[in-house]
Amino acid sequence: MGKRRNVELMVGTFMALGLIALFFLAMHVSNLSLVTGGEGYLLNARFANVGSLKVRSPVTMAGVRIGRVESVRFDKATYEAVVSMRIDAEIDSIPEDTFANIFTSGLLGEQYIGLEPGGSPDYLRDGEEIANTQSALVLEQMIGQFLFKKAGESG
Amino acid sequence: MWLDSVAGLGRGVLTALERLGRAHLLLLAILLGVGEVLRRPRLLWEQIYNIGVLSLLIVGVSGLFVGMVLGLQGYYVLSQFGAEQSLGVMVAASLVRELGPVVTALLVAGRAGSALTAEIGLMKATEQLSGLEMMAVDPVRRILTPRFLGGLVAMPMLAAIFSAVGVLGGYFVGVGLLGIDDGAYWSQMRAKIDFEEDVVNGVVKSLVFGVFVTWIALFQGHDTVPTSEGVSRSTTRSVVHSALVVLGLDFVLTALMFGD
Repeated sequence: MGKRRNVELMVGTFMALGLIALFFLAMHVSNLSLVTGGEGYLLNARFANVGSLKVRSPVTMAGVRIGRVESVRFDKATYEAVVSMRIDAEIDSIPEDTFANIFTSGLLGEQYIGLEPGGSPDYLRDGEEIANTQSALVLEQMIGQFLFKKAGESG
Repeated sequence: MWLDSVAGLGRGVLTALERLGRAHLLLLAILLGVGEVLRRPRLLWEQIYNIGVLSLLIVGVSGLFVGMVLGLQGYYVLSQFGAEQSLGVMVAASLVRELGPVVTALLVAGRAGSALTAEIGLMKATEQLSGLEMMAVDPVRRILTPRFLGGLVAMPMLAAIFSAVGVLGGYFVGVGLLGIDDGAYWSQMRAKIDFEEDVVNGVVKSLVFGVFVTWIALFQGHDTVPTSEGVSRSTTRSVVHSALVVLGLDFVLTALMFGD
């Protein structure tokens, strides 16, 4: 009887350890947060160029993440990229004239959407579109413009 | 003359196919006994103890050292690009996606799979399996199914423990020894490692490895030539086949899960 009880105790400890390890991987190592999924509302924005923006890229305001990119599509009528973002439900006061930029974190880091609030008293609702957008800066284009300008100055 | 060699080739193929067929029939018989084992869970606890608890030490120690080595090597490469801050991402991604499931499966094949094969093989050689059959007890359901389920439960648990201990090992080396920022190690890791994409896929991988490692071990034991030489050959084959299958399957699974 004592041996059997020992086996059960050890197996119980083992399973608990395994579950703790899984929990650790879920909560500490990966970005699982329990308030995700269909929560929040969708906003759309059109960009001439989204650079390397991806699904699940962060959407930030004042540097704080307030949502994630839900999808990136190509609109073949206007040749623009349509980005829809899921904004956390409690952030329900984004002004209508908010500016959406695509920024890069660090020189070679990943790209994210930064929202800069405008002053309008009207707020954006689910499914509405942010009108003011600025495309991603593509490094090659910037270098090209810089060289072009330098050449113009010296000539 | 050349007809003989063609016949030899044919015989080889037929033997291999026959063996594969027997392996699948055995798997079917094992699966048919699942309900019975779940009604007597004590059989299962014993096998989780044999396969899981007894492998805990080697899996934990290996995980710790693999994590620490990843920390050292990762730092060496990443510091050349000034990206030491990403060490946490590198350590966690390689552990959770690949090394956790694969190394755990290899360790379990060596530590527990070989023991299973030898145990079953010896039971067959000493006619204990036939003895059970004489008493109207189905040896597959009574002996093999609990071991199969035990391996299936223990493998993902061991892989999760391996990865978690490895991440901590990388933390000790990276933050404790090499002086990377504590917050950057965790926050970058959390930002880049996705729960579904990385952690869940890792668990799925280790479940698949659990099925194949225990299946191969049980089949080799059950199919052994009932002599001491036969048992020793089966045990070797069990470890070699398990290792090859795990590495091959890992490529296929990685291509399916992450290769787009």
